[in-house]
Order: sequence, then structure tokens, then C-alpha cells
Amino acid sequence: MNKRIYLDYNATTPLDPAVRDIFIQALDLYANASSMHEDGRIVARKIHAAREELSGLIHAEPSEIIFTSGGSESNNMVFSTMLSDALVKTNSLRERFADRKLILVSSIEHPCVMESAKKLEKEGFNVQFLPVDGDGIVDMHRYRELLSGASGSDPMQKPLFVSIMMANNEIGTVQNIATLCGYAHEAGALFHTDAVQAVGKIPVDVRSLGVDYLTVSGHKLYAPKGVGALYVRKGAPIESFIRGGHQENGLRAGTYNAPAIIAFGEACRIAREYGDAYAVHTRSLRNRLRDGLISRIPNIRVNGHPDFVLPNTLDVSFPGAEGEAILLMLDLLGVAVSTGSACASGSLEPSHVLIATGVGPELAHGSIRFSLGKWTTAEEIDYVLDEFPAVIKKLRGFSTVSS
Amino acid sequence: MNDWLYSDVVKDHFMHPKNVLEDTEESWPCDGRGIVGNIRCGDQMLILLRITDGKISDVRWKTYGCASAIASTSILSEAIKGMTIEDAYVLKPEDIVSKLGGLPANKIHCSVLGDKALRAAIDDYLAKNNLPSLAGKEHAEVICTCLNVTDRDIENAYKAGDRTWEDLQARTKIGTVCGGCKEQALELLHQLEHLYGE
Repeated sequence: MNKRIYLDYNATTPLDPAVRDIFIQALDLYANASSMHEDGRIVARKIHAAREELSGLIHAEPSEIIFTSGGSESNNMVFSTMLSDALVKTNSLRERFADRKLILVSSIEHPCVMESAKKLEKEGFNVQFLPVDGDGIVDMHRYRELLSGASGSDPMQKPLFVSIMMANNEIGTVQNIATLCGYAHEAGALFHTDAVQAVGKIPVDVRSLGVDYLTVSGHKLYAPKGVGALYVRKGAPIESFIRGGHQENGLRAGTYNAPAIIAFGEACRIAREYGDAYAVHTRSLRNRLRDGLISRIPNIRVNGHPDFVLPNTLDVSFPGAEGEAILLMLDLLGVAVSTGSACASGSLEPSHVLIATGVGPELAHGSIRFSLGKWTTAEEIDYVLDEFPAVIKKLRGFSTVSS
Repeated sequence: MNDWLYSDVVKDHFMHPKNVLEDTEESWPCDGRGIVGNIRCGDQMLILLRITDGKISDVRWKTYGCASAIASTSILSEAIKGMTIEDAYVLKPEDIVSKLGGLPANKIHCSVLGDKALRAAIDDYLAKNNLPSLAGKEHAEVICTCLNVTDRDIENAYKAGDRTWEDLQARTKIGTVCGGCKEQALELLHQLEHLYGE
């Protein structure tokens, strides 16, 4: 097969051709969307339309959307708000939040959340990383135990803020956000979910989830890189992260990245139109790949939850074979995947997500993530199923680890 | 494919490794056996040597690890055939890296394993045959230039239980004059943890 087979959609997606057309047209809309003249107003209207598309997709109000440069900025913005005056600027806010210093974060978050949480720890917060079970589901018992500090008087045990991702990028496990959020609210805490892997793949409805903040990224749903959004529930405290402009009600300075935002809007429109078709398509191919690998390769382990999992994601460990070596052999066969191996990360530590699920370092080093997308075909999956067993056999053949 | 992550030599040895032990260890009787690294850290190498008249006559190996670990063991196995054990004992990681046409900086520790596994195999051969040890003959790089503390001194200190900069200083006096070697020494300590980690 001469064509490359791209199975790394969780890392980033290609542009949808319709999004690409809109994006290219929008590149000529050079006027500043904040300008009062007709040229500027045309761009502003298109940005507003994009805002409506995104809010429609996640069932928010357009006024609850802040466009950002992407998921990392959105996540940083929420965390930095916890350090800001936004939490104490009125008497009622001060009463609710001033004496709360406990922050809860799941142990399988993206590094931008992990690092933001560690920053809060340095600033004097009590940050607790929530354990997950073997399938990557947050330990509800431990979670409720930590939230119970709300009834005491020790500020370090009183929860201020919880951040738990909706769907994990590596193993695809989907959390029960509505329930987790409900418990946080009962304890008086604010709740954020990083939903960059969920939006466009599974239904995301901010009203039924009940969250205060939700992060979206454009390039995970066939829009360009460099654009994303933060949903902020009306009334939830939020502080500007990039200061110095009146854009987004003064909450996000910087001239509007109009072409990317407009393209993002189109991607949201398509995601909505696509609806269940995306999940149906990717799930059937993902299951074909999963079942094929299980039947053709001995001694493998499928990571992540069997049911509460993104329809497009398959994470598998191959004892005896190392992930970077597998990835590069697949690469030479024309197949693009990713791995939780330390060798691929440039550090000596393997995936913190797999380690958190308790699979052990060897299985983490030997893990491969396949993430499928809209344009994945059965032929591509069958090609992988034909070629892949020999790769594992070869690597296991010269491994010191018997399998 | 252009612009591959590694050199063409690495790619070739990765895809077509030489002298791999195809069958069980029992199927290939050897004179010296060395194994280093651990799976927990993501790399492990086994080297088997046949030695005739003080020279390495044949070699087989197995590796659990990334592409550069596989390629570096393969190229090492080619390089040492016909070599005297004294010459093989002083092979430096840089010798392997240069034969591979270079490696990304964060991959150097992988080939560091190759020379250590080789020395372990030679040590095993010498011990089994009651021959004088070559320990101490291997190449050593000075890390602390003020007090002449080498990477080998640090490795010995690690094996003796040192895990922190303070431990190392107490034992070797490293970095107690200008302190300029601290970063390099800690990096080495990190690699040793990778190599021998519990």
C-alpha cells in the first residue's frame, strides 16, 4: 500500500475538506473583527456565526463561549482563575470561595492540566490527584471522601475546584462527568472538564453535564490548529489569561484569529450534522481492529474501559515488544500511530496515564494507541491487521522478555 | 521515506538486525554471558560471546528496547567480531554512536547499555575461566575536572547505594570545588537508575 494510513486522530485531525474551503476563503477576510467599519463588521458577524455553531454543538449559550488559541490555553485560563480576584470580587463570591484551598484533579489528565495544578500547589493550594481504577475510571469512593472536607472548617480540606477530563486521549476512557460534577457542586466546588477528546466524538451537552467550565479544541475535530474555546457557565467566575484587549468581553485579548475561528465554526456545524454517524463508523472499525488483533496476536492487553470508551480509540499493550520500536516499524509500513513508551517521549518515564491505571511499566512501555477518524476505511484496518502481527512477532523474537 | 528519525545505518540495523539470537540461550552455547538494564525502565540487553584465543569469535544478542537500542546492539555485535577481549573491554559508548552515524541526544543511554552488556559478558568469561579481571581497564570519562572524579567512580558509587548529589559528594567529594559538574553528574545518576533501577 503506497498511501499513508493515518491512525493518530487523537493527536490531531486533518482538515475536513469543507472546513478547508471555508478556512481558505476566510484568509482573505483581513479586516479586524473589532473594527467598527463595514469590513470589520462582516468578519465580526462570521465570528458570531461560528460562536453559535459551537454553542449549538455543546448546547451552550453563545455568550458562554470564549474563543482561545486551543485546549492548552483554555485549561490554563481556568486554573489561573483559581489564583485570581475573580473568586472574591463580590461579597457572595468571597463567601462561597475565599476559605477553600482544596483542588482535585484526576491522575490521568493532559500535561497542561497537570502542570497547571502543580502551579496551584506551589501557590499554596492543597492539590490532590484522584486515583483511577484499572480501566481508567476515577475512584468515586476516594473522590467523595476528599469532597467531604467541605463540611469541616479546615480551608485546606475544603474543595474549591475539581478538574476531570471527559475522555482520555490515550486510553479513551470516558468519565461520568454529570455524576462527578453533581458531587462537586453538592460540596460547593467549581467543576471543569477538559473535553477536547470528547467534543465531536460523543455527545457533549453542557446543560445536562452541569459543568462550570468545559474545554474544546479545534484541531481535534477537523478544524485548523491554533483555535479552541472555553465554555464558561453564566455566572461562573473567570479571569482573563491574556490581558490587554476588549475581545471576548475583555476576557481574552488579542486580535481575533478570524479565519481559524470561522473554520472552527464550520467544523462544529459538520460535527453536529454528522451526529451519531461518526461514532457508528469509527466504533465498527475500531472493534474490527480490536477483535482482529486479539485473534491474530497472542498475549496482548487492551487498555481502557471496555464500554465507557471513545468509539475511535484503541490502546493495546504488547508484552515483550517496546512501543517506540513498534511505532517505527509501523511507520516504515506506512501506518501512523502513537505510543505510551518512555523512549518516544524523550524522558525515561512511560505514560503517566497507563501507570495510573496500574498496568505496570512494561505494559506501559509496550503500548500502542490507534485512534481512528472519519476517513478511516475497512481496507486500512485490514492492511494493519495483515501487517501488524509480523511486526510484533519480529520484535518479540529478539526481545530479552519471553512472551 | 526522507528525514527519518534516525540515520540510515540505524534504520538498516533496526529493520535487519545482525547476529540476533534466534532460538533459546541453550541452543547457542557460549563462553561469556552478560545482561544489563531492566524492563521496568524500557531497555534490556543480553549478549552472548564465543571466545577463541582471547578473541571474540562469534556473538549473539537479544534486546528489549527502542529502535536505537536494537540498532546499537546489532552494530556492536558486528564491530566486536574478531576483536581481542582487551580491545572490546575498552569500547566506549561514543564508538557505537559514531558507527551508527549519530543518535539523538536523549537516545545515547540506549547504546550505553551495549558496551556495559559486552563488559558484563567478558567479565563472566574471565571469571568462569579463572582469568585475571579487566575491571578498571574500561574507558573512564572525567566528570569533575577539579577533583578528577570519573563516570566510573560515579557508577561505583551508585552500585554502593548512592542516589543523590549529597550521597555522591559525601563519597567522592565530587563538585566540592567549583560545582560546575553537578548537572552532568545528576544526569549520569539518572541514567544509572535507568540501567540498574530497582
